[in-house]
Amino acid sequence: MSGSIVATGIHKSFSSRQGALSVIEGIDLSVADGEFVALVGPSGCGKSTLLDILAGFVRPDRGEVQIDGEPVGSANPRHILIPQQPSVFPWLTARRNITFVLDGVPDGEQRRLAFHYLDLVGLEGFDQSYPHQLSGGMVKRLELARALAVKPDVLYMDEPFGALDALTRRKMRDELRRILLVERHTALLVTHDVEEALHLADRIVVMSPRPTKIQCIVDVPFPHPRRLVSVEMIRLAALILSELGVETES
Amino acid sequence: MSRDSRSDFWPFLLVGLLIAGWWVSVVVSKTPYFPTPWAVVLGIVELARNGTLVQHVSASLMRVTYGYLAAVAIAIPLGVLMGWFGRVYRAVNPLIQLLRPISPIAWIPLAILWFGVGNLSPMFLIFLSSFFPMVTGTAAGVHTIEKQYIRAAENFGIRGVRLLRQVVLPAALPQVIVGMRLGLGIAWLVVVAAEMVAINSGLGYLIIDSRNAGNRYDLVVAGMVLIGVIGFLLDIAMRSLEGLDEVRWRYVR
Repeated sequence: MSGSIVATGIHKSFSSRQGALSVIEGIDLSVADGEFVALVGPSGCGKSTLLDILAGFVRPDRGEVQIDGEPVGSANPRHILIPQQPSVFPWLTARRNITFVLDGVPDGEQRRLAFHYLDLVGLEGFDQSYPHQLSGGMVKRLELARALAVKPDVLYMDEPFGALDALTRRKMRDELRRILLVERHTALLVTHDVEEALHLADRIVVMSPRPTKIQCIVDVPFPHPRRLVSVEMIRLAALILSELGVETES
Repeated sequence: MSRDSRSDFWPFLLVGLLIAGWWVSVVVSKTPYFPTPWAVVLGIVELARNGTLVQHVSASLMRVTYGYLAAVAIAIPLGVLMGWFGRVYRAVNPLIQLLRPISPIAWIPLAILWFGVGNLSPMFLIFLSSFFPMVTGTAAGVHTIEKQYIRAAENFGIRGVRLLRQVVLPAALPQVIVGMRLGLGIAWLVVVAAEMVAINSGLGYLIIDSRNAGNRYDLVVAGMVLIGVIGFLLDIAMRSLEGLDEVRWRYVR
């Protein structure tokens, strides 16, 4: 149900008109089984590219990613990436979106899993709804339910709540925490929202501007549910923001 | 009164005004040839009474149905392959763009040479006319699918034929339907031209025959009105496809 990630010596550059554009310059990262790690960094620094490499969508120029000791060859259901833009299939109902990805599972079991995960994310009663009939937050819940239904080792999230309004975003963070308590997946979240990272993650990896490297790693040793307005939290937030080049009043 | 029912009133008013203007100008000009709207209605009644109305309409619809369905059956799979595989697109597209600008009317002599003056010639012309907008529309629709659906499918291990049929095609379906609507419109446009040349049934034949056999302009205009009304109804039928749950997502956002 969960797996450890080990990435070693990841390098990636893209060719552009000005020649090779280096995006990632040597990243080593380990994420323990069941750990929640957030990657924060300035926009355009290559966080999403790193996530694409970890999830097997993009091949690194150098370096290797292993999950539970096995090299990651390509995108596959063992590690699901939830992107910022909705990727649930708009031509299928909520329930069909889940059963569709459960290929090879017997029909009855498909149905059972679909209802189970719709319930888990708080979408009971919406199994017959199409995504366009759901709100932005509900589409995210469906996205999560579909990802959990295939029981991946790792859950990758690329600014999953970035397109939601502030209030829904807060709610979704609480929901995600609650769900991960039940399902216990290894999770890797890319975000530019320091508060979001502090709210959710066990460790926060701060990335440098492009070509990106790991600038520092910050532990967040507080139990859940977390209070975001404690002195320690504010101190950690200030530390991370200053690492990102944003000065705050002390 | 809701906004919708009020806006429904305008189309009727415009059609009414057109008919009134037509009627007045026929009466005022005292033309011996051009029929009044009432004469056209009587013409349609006459066609209905002697049984030729059903015969002409069903002949035209039958030709369109076969030619159009043959085009759908080939254009949509080919369009999906062209939109999905860059190599297929680069190989096939130049040929399609070369043939596309040739009007189906230009094919009439060859159609008669190859298929004679039976039903096959107009079916072939209808096939040609609706094939090109559907193949290009489908290819463009597949090519412009939002990448996150394809990535998600890849992530969940969906590939091969299942990916094409159950992800790529439904993702492109809204645009495929737009192409199908366009194709059917053009098919209906062409059936009339095709029937004017060779055959002895169909609405196109009715128009030319009424003109040649005694200047029956009431029946000429009756044929035109029937073509317009049926084309209008066909378009409404195609539009109702856009209301299907499987494609509505594209039109509501």
